[in-house]
Amino acid sequence: MGLKAKLGDAQRQNLVNSRYIDFLTKSWSYLFLLALVVYFSVTGTGFFSVRNFSSILTTSTLIMLMSIGQTYVVITAGIDLSIGWTVGLSSVTTARVMRDLADSGNDVAYAMLAGVFAGLLVALIPGLINGLLVARVKVPPFIATLGMFGIVRGAAFLLTDGQQVVRGLSSELRESLRMIGNGSLLYYIPDDGFHWFALPPDLEPQQLRVVSQLLPYPVIITALVVIVFAFILARTKFGRHTYVIGGSEEAARRSGINVDRHLIIIYVICGFTAGIAGVLHLFRFTAGAPQAGEAALLSSVAAVVIGGTNLFGGEGDIMGAVIGSLIIAVLQTGLVILNIDSIWQFIVVGIVIIIAVLVNQLQNALERMQANV
Amino acid sequence: MSEPILTATGMSKYFGGLTAVDNVDFAIYPGEVVALLGDNGAGKSTLIKCISGVYRPEHGQVSFNGEDITSHAPADIRSRGIETIYQDLALAENLDVGANVFLGKEKTRRLFGLIPVTDDNYMRAEASSALDELDIHIPSLKQRLVNLSGGQRQAVAIARAMYWNAKLVIMDEPTAALGVPEQRKVLALIRSLREQNIPVILISHTMHDVMAVADRMVVMRRGRIVANIQRADASEELIVKHIVGTADNGGNAVMI
Repeated sequence: MGLKAKLGDAQRQNLVNSRYIDFLTKSWSYLFLLALVVYFSVTGTGFFSVRNFSSILTTSTLIMLMSIGQTYVVITAGIDLSIGWTVGLSSVTTARVMRDLADSGNDVAYAMLAGVFAGLLVALIPGLINGLLVARVKVPPFIATLGMFGIVRGAAFLLTDGQQVVRGLSSELRESLRMIGNGSLLYYIPDDGFHWFALPPDLEPQQLRVVSQLLPYPVIITALVVIVFAFILARTKFGRHTYVIGGSEEAARRSGINVDRHLIIIYVICGFTAGIAGVLHLFRFTAGAPQAGEAALLSSVAAVVIGGTNLFGGEGDIMGAVIGSLIIAVLQTGLVILNIDSIWQFIVVGIVIIIAVLVNQLQNALERMQANV
Repeated sequence: MSEPILTATGMSKYFGGLTAVDNVDFAIYPGEVVALLGDNGAGKSTLIKCISGVYRPEHGQVSFNGEDITSHAPADIRSRGIETIYQDLALAENLDVGANVFLGKEKTRRLFGLIPVTDDNYMRAEASSALDELDIHIPSLKQRLVNLSGGQRQAVAIARAMYWNAKLVIMDEPTAALGVPEQRKVLALIRSLREQNIPVILISHTMHDVMAVADRMVVMRRGRIVANIQRADASEELIVKHIVGTADNGGNAVMI
């Protein structure tokens, strides 16, 4: 309202009605992402290439998957601090099940499938407990999931006997993991052409260096998850009820929405997308690591906030989280290419988060003023 | 006069040693606006909650349209057409009018004949005609409620009740948080409910509101109904006397 006081009536009217300001506040994160890409493309050699873009997309999948579930939770005015370790728990569980099944003479494909299933399933457990604590026991989400943070962290390390990775994955298993985690549905080799599913076996080393992955599997899988959960949130009754709960839990209850059940499902979804992130992490790095998602937790919350989701609940969307994740991934890669100390990434992301919240407030203030004109 | 739409007879509700509602008989007729008055703790809200199913009365019977609804679940009582609008309105202010009129009962359509998705255009259009019936104009139906005025929000809550075929509307202090022009608008809404033959029970502390819209004033004190006054016989002074308990003993206040 400081803005309101400083400006004259006519000026204010102009500002409030300005389509440019409206456009800027609503799509600033898209514009910021575009500006970053342009800046790095102009200043950094090798940034502007299909190869690099595909690598940025692949890098972004971890944060993006975590931020999808996180968006749901944040819209209900909650937060899930535990998913960083849920990623690790899922990664470690998947690796162990795969290893043990493959070692006991099972088919590798079967072992992998069972491992993925186990990894996704185990990720639902912390989500379910978080949901029960928040919905039924009324523990504040911050506290419930902070407790779960420690529990899941411990569980993940217990499964590796305290080691940084699950040991003893056979080379055959690793190779199979790599085929999916580092593979692509479509490759492009300059002066040679497009290749589906796999590269031709007889490539020269200099050709291998310029291969572009047009559709990396992790990106395809993440895109599918994004589409499904964005659709559910934006178009279905379930999604609508998520916003209602975020707007007013009391109104949701009185209108007959089963708030407790809804909240539990949402925390389970949050665990689930973290589980997918954990499984994909294992496929990409061929190592089941408890700390796989540790650093990505705060980035995922940052991505959600940068994307315009209100931490007090009730507003936000998956597309915002996707853009937020991309901004963080572009920064990570761009700073490396510019040979700037990657520590700067933290500072820049921090600034972007604060801008995001300010823009969100400005946007709400403008909307209010427009409504009163 | 015709049959009452709702009768509550011999109602009592205790909280531990406290008698909140003490053997109360209450009735409301179609198209009637009844103001329920009384000091804080007089038992107004408790009586209302016994009717809407939030509380179970220890004694007494509530019947609505001839059916016994005593101690039915709140959702069941709502689905029979008794709609209570609390002070906080129970709206999701982050959503638009259509979403709020259909809160918890969203209309869906099938995308590609398969996937059920919310039908926002339908809900907006229906909400718009519900508001038209109340003669309420909201600039943009896509506007989130947080950007609407208090009176407009109140109107949305009433429109929602009407849309879902409310047969009796209970309003708890509807003008308490509003400015003067907004208060007028809400009073006009109450009159428009009466014109559509929908009775209203109005809990209010604001004597001006009560005098402006109520057909009958029921005054409660210490859990009992102490006065039941038709509009024609009512004056602010008389009602206040009943509220503070000085009407029946020659104007000498007896306060314990």
